Amino acid sequence: MTVMTAHRYRPGEYHSFAAEGADFIYLVSAGAIFQLDEASHRLLQRLEQSPLGHAEIARKLTEEGYDAADAEALIRELRFAGVIVPDEARRALPPSSPPKDFPLQALVLNITNQCNLACTYCYEFGADKIATPQGKKKYMTIDTAKTSVDFLLEQSAGRKGVHITFFGGETLMNFPLLKEVVAYATEQASAAGKTIGFSLTTNATLLTPEIIAFLSDNAIGVTVSMDGPPDLQDKRRVYKNGKGSYAVIEPRLRALIAGHKTRAITARVTLTEGVTDVIRIYRHLKEDLGFHEVGFAPVTSQGERDYSIGAEGMEGVLAQFHALADEWLESALQGRSHGFSNVSETISELIQGVHKSHPCGAGLGLLGVSPSGDLSPCHRFTDADTHTMGHISSGIDRDKQSDFLARGHVDAKYDCQSCWARPLCAGGCHHEAFVRYGDTGHANLHYCDWIREWTDRCLQIYGALAARNPEFLERFAARKALA
Amino acid sequence: MKHLRPLNKKAVQIEQAQVEHARMEQAGSMLEEDVVALQQQPRPHVPMGCSLAFSPGWEVDAGGGTAGLCQPVERDIYDCYVTCFWPVQVPDHVNYSPDWASNCAVATKDWRNLDLVFP
Repeated sequence: MTVMTAHRYRPGEYHSFAAEGADFIYLVSAGAIFQLDEASHRLLQRLEQSPLGHAEIARKLTEEGYDAADAEALIRELRFAGVIVPDEARRALPPSSPPKDFPLQALVLNITNQCNLACTYCYEFGADKIATPQGKKKYMTIDTAKTSVDFLLEQSAGRKGVHITFFGGETLMNFPLLKEVVAYATEQASAAGKTIGFSLTTNATLLTPEIIAFLSDNAIGVTVSMDGPPDLQDKRRVYKNGKGSYAVIEPRLRALIAGHKTRAITARVTLTEGVTDVIRIYRHLKEDLGFHEVGFAPVTSQGERDYSIGAEGMEGVLAQFHALADEWLESALQGRSHGFSNVSETISELIQGVHKSHPCGAGLGLLGVSPSGDLSPCHRFTDADTHTMGHISSGIDRDKQSDFLARGHVDAKYDCQSCWARPLCAGGCHHEAFVRYGDTGHANLHYCDWIREWTDRCLQIYGALAARNPEFLERFAARKALA
Repeated sequence: MKHLRPLNKKAVQIEQAQVEHARMEQAGSMLEEDVVALQQQPRPHVPMGCSLAFSPGWEVDAGGGTAGLCQPVERDIYDCYVTCFWPVQVPDHVNYSPDWASNCAVATKDWRNLDLVFP
């Protein structure tokens, strides 16, 4: 039987946006960004009205003054890139799963699950905790830490560089171990012919001049968990007796920022009910205290906690994000970097054109290690019996890992299939999904509109830079590659 | 690319692929329209009486109906005996059952003479 049907083209899956008077598309099948010329822009607008056959398109273009060869070339170009597709074509293939033996790149060592603060929203100790630390080790031993280092180097296979992040609890409550691990890992990595980098997250309460010097000498990246100026910091980042922590950390932070010269110092702000004053927080952390970068994320909760941010609160947050995004663009146009990480991170992913099968590297190139040596997808699942993924001495539990990765694959998330932002988002944080929906493979539906709005905003910034200061994007990419 | 200006690494890769594609096409080593997936338009030529799908899986033919299927509904299995390339679903007239249809001159009348085969 022969069925003869003429070509009819419709628009492929893309998100259009405009910046600086130019038109752009973000192509979902690839994560590619293209600027459109007038001919392609007009053709896409026309196809958005109704699909057209090859001959019809060519005829319309020639009527508008294009010569036949030009018209043909335009159709071919758009078709090749998948910007226009035959009207019965199936949807683009989902990103393929990474290989089962994906080499490990990073370990997050939870060197203690103890903390000297009692932040009320903490995912490890607060109302929505999933950790089950009862009867387990509170501090990692040097043997476990060394086994972890050996495990990382062995499992990283052909990778040239690996990374260790120290985490807690409060990381610095086990500083003696940290010091030993850095020395051991540096030695072992160089023996294996690999480079190794370190970073840590801390609440800054235990920083001393000796520790700061050590961090600087060993080029250890530092992220400080901190919520802003005194009134905001002390609202929920408190000691067990309820006393705020601002007064304790302020002088230590100034010493850290002044004394640590080898890596950018980043603040990581958790936004909660009443702590949504993004611009004021940013000004304080960046300009008063001198952090190099400041990133914000709303608290993870099942949705109904007294510290959860409501819909109204999120609107306010987003409005302030936009104001900081304006500043970010203004700085970038003048060739200066700006410390608002929420834009920087998205821009660097847009430069690469990421097309994620999974929202992050958890359970893939990155694993968490608990004080007792249990493996988990990342630090947020540390010590949670529900998510143990093997042990440092016996290796990765491949069945649990493949279950976790199968659930987390973007193609397994029904709601993501019609979303243009999926190459970047892939459904969002596994841990957040578990806390909110009881399944790490559930799309984080409570964030969808927000993610799309933010991605669109970052695309506009990208377009404006591509039009007015493309050198900045190139330098930005080069710098990110080194970081 | 003339009409699309690539702005990130992925877009540049698409551009490079297109340049390479055009080069091969020019060298005559590739004809763009030659490789067509079954679900794409225009559909490839599908011979009458064949589902062009691995059997079983002949629920519908290339036109979406059942009349064009090779077997077993309207056309029954007889047509596949000699003409079909697919060796599993019908008696193998080349190797084991050269006489399977010898008592069946007219399939509409003599189909009862077509028996099961137990190789």
